[in-house]
Amino acid sequence: MTLRQGMIILLATAALLGGCASHQRAVEEALYQDLGERSGIADIVEDLMYRIVEDERIAFQFKGIDVVQFHTNLTDQLCELSGGPCTYSGRAMTEVHEGMDVTETQFNALAEHLILAMEANGVSTSAQNRLLARLVELHPDITHR
Amino acid sequence: MTVNATACPQALAAMLCLALPLPAMADAGSRLWATGGVTTIEGSAGGGLVPWAVLAGYASDEEWGGTVTLSRAEVDDFTLDVTGAAVNWRNRVEISIARQTLDLDTLGSALGEDELSQDVVGLKVRLFGDVLYGDYGQWSLGLQHKRQREFDIPRTIGAEDDQGTDVYLSASKLFFAAVADRNLLVNATVRGTRANQGGLLGFGGDRNDGYEAVVETSIALLLNRSWVVGAEYRQKPDNLGFATEDDWWDGFVAWVPDRRLSVTAAWTNLGDIAGLEDQQGPYLSLQGSF
Repeated sequence: MTLRQGMIILLATAALLGGCASHQRAVEEALYQDLGERSGIADIVEDLMYRIVEDERIAFQFKGIDVVQFHTNLTDQLCELSGGPCTYSGRAMTEVHEGMDVTETQFNALAEHLILAMEANGVSTSAQNRLLARLVELHPDITHR
Repeated sequence: MTVNATACPQALAAMLCLALPLPAMADAGSRLWATGGVTTIEGSAGGGLVPWAVLAGYASDEEWGGTVTLSRAEVDDFTLDVTGAAVNWRNRVEISIARQTLDLDTLGSALGEDELSQDVVGLKVRLFGDVLYGDYGQWSLGLQHKRQREFDIPRTIGAEDDQGTDVYLSASKLFFAAVADRNLLVNATVRGTRANQGGLLGFGGDRNDGYEAVVETSIALLLNRSWVVGAEYRQKPDNLGFATEDDWWDGFVAWVPDRRLSVTAAWTNLGDIAGLEDQQGPYLSLQGSF
């Protein structure tokens, strides 16, 4: 194989990447249904909160929060993000995380618990991935602030 | 699970207010399952043949960790065994070592030598980005310093040097829900190398003695968080006049039951090696992470 053929493969890979990226942004209302609508999302968030509490990597970041308000806000946020009929009424993500200096370790830990909470609540791999695709967009607003 | 909107949040409130220090999670790091890749035959994190931009194991930015690996490829006329280990400091720097032993199953008696062997010391630095969260993925720069342990045969067939250093730039990015709503990991690596058959046949040769840029790519589809399927392609130089050297390919399945263990099975096609044609066969790799 010549370098030229190698470059063609590289370009084909790049074209594939472009296609995937646009697919990722495609609007998909079915996600809200696949998460079990607002009550399903509320269950996931509750499960997530129990997991957070038990994890010393991140529990301290949540110390002293208004638990009911947090549960409502995160449920609304995931509901809205998944195409459901909710409106997140909390503060902007950048504002919420200001001064918390959320590390990659902490972000990963939360992502892990969300995945496990979805899994425990019977959410399919497909729906998990579609929600994560939307949530990772928030990564820059949450970490290192 | 049902929500008890009044009772549960109160219980949570009590727990959060206490915020008891709990024992450390007995796990191998915080990065998500399977995102550390596995271990290449040269000891760096990646697929089986191609290094990726991800760093070994699961250490995130406040952690350190590493991997130990045993791998074997049994192609038609050769058997490659690899023992490797890597450490990862804060998902920033990876240092790896690997020993490769190539049993000359068919050629051995003719050459009066049973095996070829080399050691590889690797360094990989994550330059910027994150494979999951970065808009442009994750980019890493790596070195692999390779040293022959028995140079007689490579010298005889025209290799110039018994040691060499590969330099590579890798980019990796995971696209969530990209194919059938499964996450797709795409990797591209450009390597500068003088190595013949990865270095097992020495470095440089009569046909070409200088560095050459070669392209290596992998794609991996995460079927769920414990099963991964993929394919790799690795372009190779062709420095030795005595026999042509082909590019490498493989298709793999990896099982990652949790962060501590991965098992990778592959079918590899290493092409012509030292005049023996179309070397294909199974590859198996076991990796433990800490």
